[in-house]
Amino acid sequence: MATTLKALGLTRLFGPNKAVNNVSFELSKGEVLGFLGPNGAGKSTTMRMLTGNLAPTEGQVEICGVNIIEEPKLAKANIGYLPEMRPLYKEFRVNEFLRIAAKLHNIPAKKINSSIDIAMEKCGLTHMSNRLIENLSNGYQQRVGIAQAIIHNPEIVILDEPTVGLDPIQIREIRKLIKEIGKEHSVILSTHILPEVEIVCDRVQIIDKGNLVFHGSIDDLKQQRRGNKLLVGFKKTPTLKKLQSLFDIVKIEKQEDLLHVIQFKNLDFDMEKFIQVCVKEKLGLFQVSPHITSLEDTFVQLTNK
Amino acid sequence: MIINIASKEIKSFFVTPMGWIILALITAAFGTYYLEGVNSYFEVMSGAIRPAERVGVTIYVGQTVYGAAFFLMLFAVPLMSMRLISEERRQQTLPFLFSAPVSIVEIVLGKFFGLFAFLALMVVYIFLMLSTLNIWADVDFGYLFSNTFGLLLLVGSFAAIGIYFSSLTSQPIIAAILSFIFAFLLLGLESYFASQPNHWFHHVSLLKHFQTFSRGVISSKDIIYFLLFISTFIVLTIRRLDADRLRG
Ligand SMILES: Nc1ncnc2c1ncn2[C@@H]1O[C@H](COP(=O)(O)OP(=O)(O)OP(=O)(O)O)[C@@H](O)[C@H]1O
Ligand SMILES: [Mg+2]
Repeated sequence: MATTLKALGLTRLFGPNKAVNNVSFELSKGEVLGFLGPNGAGKSTTMRMLTGNLAPTEGQVEICGVNIIEEPKLAKANIGYLPEMRPLYKEFRVNEFLRIAAKLHNIPAKKINSSIDIAMEKCGLTHMSNRLIENLSNGYQQRVGIAQAIIHNPEIVILDEPTVGLDPIQIREIRKLIKEIGKEHSVILSTHILPEVEIVCDRVQIIDKGNLVFHGSIDDLKQQRRGNKLLVGFKKTPTLKKLQSLFDIVKIEKQEDLLHVIQFKNLDFDMEKFIQVCVKEKLGLFQVSPHITSLEDTFVQLTNK
Repeated sequence: MIINIASKEIKSFFVTPMGWIILALITAAFGTYYLEGVNSYFEVMSGAIRPAERVGVTIYVGQTVYGAAFFLMLFAVPLMSMRLISEERRQQTLPFLFSAPVSIVEIVLGKFFGLFAFLALMVVYIFLMLSTLNIWADVDFGYLFSNTFGLLLLVGSFAAIGIYFSSLTSQPIIAAILSFIFAFLLLGLESYFASQPNHWFHHVSLLKHFQTFSRGVISSKDIIYFLLFISTFIVLTIRRLDADRLRG
């Protein structure tokens, strides 16, 4: 797949503080990349650098092979961006504002009307077309923000917390829209809603204190969550020593009741054999299930290292 | 692209009552001065016994109107320019422009010419109003042209000052006050240095250079002064916005 966006060693200092530290990644056509991280991690700062709104202290950004610092106009033509604070001229009506956006992005005069209609339809704004933006509710304003980012059908869409303030139905629609854009173009979105990442993204990137701490596909993240742990219930609790003599076990943690989390040394441990041995040893096995760390826990683990 | 940004500015000026109110006040004020000039012309001239005291109707009415234009614009332009950039800062809408395929130079020029086009319209309106004297008198069009030209350059300078101060703050009112004070100093200090005709201040004074035009003289020295003045503030504005991208 063709690479659409390339970030090379992005670093940004604010005074002495490193908001973003040596972040590199690539994005391919037809991919949705999720940006995760706690508050102040540097997600928005990275996005501002990707879109040419902030000059990096060090590093390069290439948009469809064009360096955004050397040829900003050419590069920016391929980006649609929704910043954290949505930039809306509230004194205009929805369609007037989108017309301004369309003109700024050099959409040919003949196509302006149809692009406005398409963008409004995609974002569920058609019936709000003639309303003043300042009179719209928070969620509808957010939709206008998304509409202005996709109106010129850009190769790369960068959305900073796009589903903030939306109702559950609209969240679903916007996620569908993001997936749809992600089929032909590339999308980067940041979010605090962890399940959202698993729903819409193909790849995840977790950033913490300016550093990239995890970078991989959704499957990698799921793998990280499932891991090598089992949740096991014993009626008669064996000691760690006893268990270690039977299996390759690293750790055993006591949960509430008689449940224990057992961590194996290897990822590909033999479940069947484990159960057979437990039954033979009469440990009173009454429950076995894979122990899936919650996404929140994984996130906390990764960002607390 | 500059035109797109300029047209956005003009539109946003007229979607709020603000634009219409300023426009109404200004036209009303000019109309009043014009009528005043025409009405008093005959009274004053019939009182002037010696021929040397008599001036043509164009110059008499022109002086009334252009003298007023000068002060009216001094108040009006800061009110019109204040929102150009500071409002974008306040509403955090600059990323909308910065993310589009337009350069900062185009953004600033677009905003400047948006305002200038509107001001130019008013200057042309004054010109047309004075031209109506031609119905019953012989208008000295040379005098009108040079005044129109001078006023265009003057409002252009006010607009350039306005856009610069607007880029410094996120409070439109503060931008308006600062640009008014600055323009006022450049004009008003004139009287303090009146007794020292060779003081350096006369070279940078807007008023001094404008007065040449109001006497009906178009000199390249004054044109160059105004153009330099305008470009200086536009370049300062561009640099200020570029610093945003660098500083964050
Ligand atoms: N203009 C600025 N001047 C100084 N420091 C800044 C500036 N912008 C951001 N920072 C700092 O950079 C760091 C990263 O901020 P950033 O907005 O990128 O975080 P974020 O990951 O988007 O957080 P959130 O989830 O809260 O949106 C923070 O410590 C912040 O204080
Ligand atoms: Mg953020």
